[in-house]
Amino acid sequence: MQRYDAVIVGAGHNGLVTAAYLAKAGKKVMVLERRHLIGGAAVSEQLYPGFTYSSCSYVCSLLRPEIMRDLDLPRHGLQVNPYETSSCPTHHGEPLVMYHDADRNRRSMSRHSARDAEAYDCYSLEIRRQCRFIKPLLMMTPPDPTSFKWGDIEGLLRLGRTFGQMGERQMYDILRFWTMSIADFLDEYFESEIVKALSAGSSIIGTALGPRSPGSAYVLLHHYMGEVDGEIGAWGFARGGMGSVSKAIAGAAREAGAEIRTEAEVTAVIVKGGKAVGVALADGEEVYGTAIVSNLDPKRTFLKILPRQHLPEEVYEQAERFKIRGSSGKLNIALDALPQFKGLPYDAHCGAIEIGDSLDYLERAFDDYKYGQWSRRPFLDIVIPSTVDPTMAPPGKHYMSVFVQYVPYKLADGPWTDEKRQAFGDTVIDTISEYCPNFRDLILHCQVRTPWDLENEVGLTEGNIFHGELTLDQLMFNRPFPGAAQYRTPVRNFYMCGSGTHPGGGVMGAPGANAAREILKDFKGRVLS
Amino acid sequence: MSGETHYDAIIVGGGHNGLVCAAYLGTAGLKVLVLEAAAQLGGAAVTREFHPGYRASAVAHLLHLLHPRVIADLKLTQHGLAFAATDLPTTALLPDGDRLTLAADPAASRTALARFSPHDAEALPAFTERFNRLAAALGRFLLKTPPQISAAQWQDRRTLLEFALSLRRLGRRDMRELTRIIGMNAADLLDDNFESDALKGVFALDSVLGGFLGPKSPNSVFNLLYRAAGNVAGRQNGLIQPKGGMGAVTAALASAASAAGVELRTGAPVEWIRIADGRAVGVVLESGREISARHILSSADPRRTFLTLVGPEHLDTGFVRHVRGIHMNGCAAKIHLALDGLPEAWQADPEMTAGRLVVAPSIDFMERAFDDAKYGRVSEAPALEVTVPSLHDSALAPAGGHVLSIVAQFAPYQLRETVAEAARDQIAARVLAALGTVAPDLPDRVRAQEVLTPQDLERQFRLTGGHWHHGEMSLDQVFLLRPVGGFQQYRTPIDGLYLCGAGAHPGGGVSGAPGANAAREVLKDHKLPRAA
Repeated sequence: MQRYDAVIVGAGHNGLVTAAYLAKAGKKVMVLERRHLIGGAAVSEQLYPGFTYSSCSYVCSLLRPEIMRDLDLPRHGLQVNPYETSSCPTHHGEPLVMYHDADRNRRSMSRHSARDAEAYDCYSLEIRRQCRFIKPLLMMTPPDPTSFKWGDIEGLLRLGRTFGQMGERQMYDILRFWTMSIADFLDEYFESEIVKALSAGSSIIGTALGPRSPGSAYVLLHHYMGEVDGEIGAWGFARGGMGSVSKAIAGAAREAGAEIRTEAEVTAVIVKGGKAVGVALADGEEVYGTAIVSNLDPKRTFLKILPRQHLPEEVYEQAERFKIRGSSGKLNIALDALPQFKGLPYDAHCGAIEIGDSLDYLERAFDDYKYGQWSRRPFLDIVIPSTVDPTMAPPGKHYMSVFVQYVPYKLADGPWTDEKRQAFGDTVIDTISEYCPNFRDLILHCQVRTPWDLENEVGLTEGNIFHGELTLDQLMFNRPFPGAAQYRTPVRNFYMCGSGTHPGGGVMGAPGANAAREILKDFKGRVLS
Repeated sequence: MSGETHYDAIIVGGGHNGLVCAAYLGTAGLKVLVLEAAAQLGGAAVTREFHPGYRASAVAHLLHLLHPRVIADLKLTQHGLAFAATDLPTTALLPDGDRLTLAADPAASRTALARFSPHDAEALPAFTERFNRLAAALGRFLLKTPPQISAAQWQDRRTLLEFALSLRRLGRRDMRELTRIIGMNAADLLDDNFESDALKGVFALDSVLGGFLGPKSPNSVFNLLYRAAGNVAGRQNGLIQPKGGMGAVTAALASAASAAGVELRTGAPVEWIRIADGRAVGVVLESGREISARHILSSADPRRTFLTLVGPEHLDTGFVRHVRGIHMNGCAAKIHLALDGLPEAWQADPEMTAGRLVVAPSIDFMERAFDDAKYGRVSEAPALEVTVPSLHDSALAPAGGHVLSIVAQFAPYQLRETVAEAARDQIAARVLAALGTVAPDLPDRVRAQEVLTPQDLERQFRLTGGHWHHGEMSLDQVFLLRPVGGFQQYRTPIDGLYLCGAGAHPGGGVSGAPGANAAREVLKDHKLPRAA
């Protein structure tokens, strides 16, 4: 029987990143994926002839440039095309279009508010300053503040130094920013509701927070700290859909010698003598390895594949209490032609289009969610990647991705059914139709995904796209929970590398790269043998 | 008249924090003058007659934060501080006519709770014990000056170190638990630990009282921790009714201040603070009189202090932007009812009114009540905290009569669809209707009522936004960030001007801590040689 240095459970983008780094360091690596395709939530699927859907995640920005370089992803086929606009149609007057280009943006914004157009520079400077603090933290293992180990104390000191170098004023601003609501933050800069709404969108995507919930400002940062070709805060489409990201990483991993197997569902981690030694597959096969690495979310990792008797009761409880709320849905739509949104110029159709023109709109969408129903008037983040990428749809036709916030995993009136999914889809399509009257006629095919579907198809517990809420109690040394934030688990030789670990969700790759670094450290220190 | 005298310190506002500060400064030998705009000292901590013979604590009606060291230092017991009742139980009124009483005695609470959930009855004591332990770790910092973030000063480093040590002393498990829960929302924490709506509702109410947030808003756990950080009469999180109402607390403080040689002047509203060469040199009264002093301390809230009393022209724009950004959207109304007798249902069942009654039957009920406030509406079904102070203190009502003192969440200061007068009627009607369902004859027993919306509180007590705590108690506005990051040490951008009110660390509640801390900082500066 073959024995690997590392067996990775799940071929999501983070699992693949870990695999690639370990393989490049000379380790013998096996990645096991339950589904027939790799990529987890970063996949491209053909669900309607001629169309490619980025069926889960749909835009790219957060993937760390270090990883892109280390793994030489462009050579493995990754190409990201930045988009230039984000816009917000409205029933009350002109739509708002914001451009990546500063001058165009100022001109465009001043049609809504000259004051806001002026304030935008200030605002974006402030966000960039916040990013400056967080960026160096992304690729670092969070130090444990309760530990007396030199590594942790040094890490804390380093963190303190990075923080200290920000300057006194900035230090207070960071402290405040991490704890405040996005609505409060935006209120300090802008007066126009539509400007605030469009800016707030990124701070609610994927979370169970409303724009007025404290802590939502941080989530904005989480969406803002990415870059495309060095353009900070820029977002882009991966050519060929998000599956190309996973494919490129897998390419790098395979080139370095890693094996990747699909349709190989891991049902349990095999623990012997308090040490993880392998995994059992659904078909009864067992695969053995020195390090066992879970790319699954913390709930699946600790509550599902790890036999309970190997976990201290306290840790089991922590895993149970881990907040992982599904709050998002997704529609993938094949369109016969490019839809025309009311009042939006053509170029705005090539970027992100957000439905939700005031903070109240977003907050009310959240209110419905709080009580266990999908928003009656949902907040939508729409992109049409086929406008810039001809591989996504046949000529003249278009693929539209509609991300829906807020959709509960647990509905107040009982579990999701086909009828409810249908009704939810109709709510979304009706909402789009308000801004795009002939929309329904253009639909060739429509896939509706609820949090329940995301859980069952992709394996995201409760359908949470970040493998766990991005709130203060679950960030940094608290992610996924205190005492397990350094990619290691209470079971020896058993590691985590998914978005449930620092620095969290998004197609970033940082958790995977950090986990690989820690695992290699343990190989070197002969902790792993 | 001592009008021409030069004072060491002038304190703007004779609220409880202003008086605590004055008493400390006076005891240290400074020549101190307190200027109070109202005819009565005490700020929002006063007992007022709202109907002939009927008296009630105007805003806060229960004491749980007054710091034991302040009580001891200022010898408040000798100055008349007494408690009419301690360890008040809490009785939650539930929709089906049922109720849940949580007493200070754990065994009794356990029995009561077991009817709703044996699990919760089992879990509550351990939860409370641990929660209080975590809160106590924070409580050690109520009487400390928050450090500067750069920790350039030796003193700041010491406080930071003490803070770290205090957390470490909790042990690894508790320290992790504290860092985990401090930013959480109460709904999540309660759902993790309990299953009964009745119990969760009570905690949910306590997690939002006086603030603009719902139990599903992050920071609601912090509010609970802050409540439990206090320790009066040896009890953490114990509810106390001061004898004579809240006004008696400030009367004791005023007496202590007087005894320390402080001059107290009422009916003397300060119009503005005189700044000369970037330094606060005196105050100008509305009457036009000017009084100078070496130190000026404001117990007014930070917005009023900086934007009205000082004026933005003396401050830099960044600072002004932060001050304008302080959330102080008050959301609690206070209602006082003069009754000619207790409703029958309550007479027949003294346990009902033995402590405080709360109407907060579930987390969702609270959250929905908050949703209304978010959009500038008075809650359709407000959450209530009701006490009958006259039961423990007969001096508050004529013989046979009783006073109902009610806190109603949520009645927002910022209204959208209605005007203040209409909001006042709405909240009163909804409160009476809610209580009418449990005590049908209550409306007939009402002789008179006083309704104080946040707008009324702003007008009558000069609380900006009608906010009880001089600014929301949220993580972005406490400790190092209260009132504004960089100015958490009671000093302000203006030399010689200090804050000593609830807008400074540790914040709201009748604690006396901001006043005591500010006094300590002023005394430090007082020893320095005077600038030329």
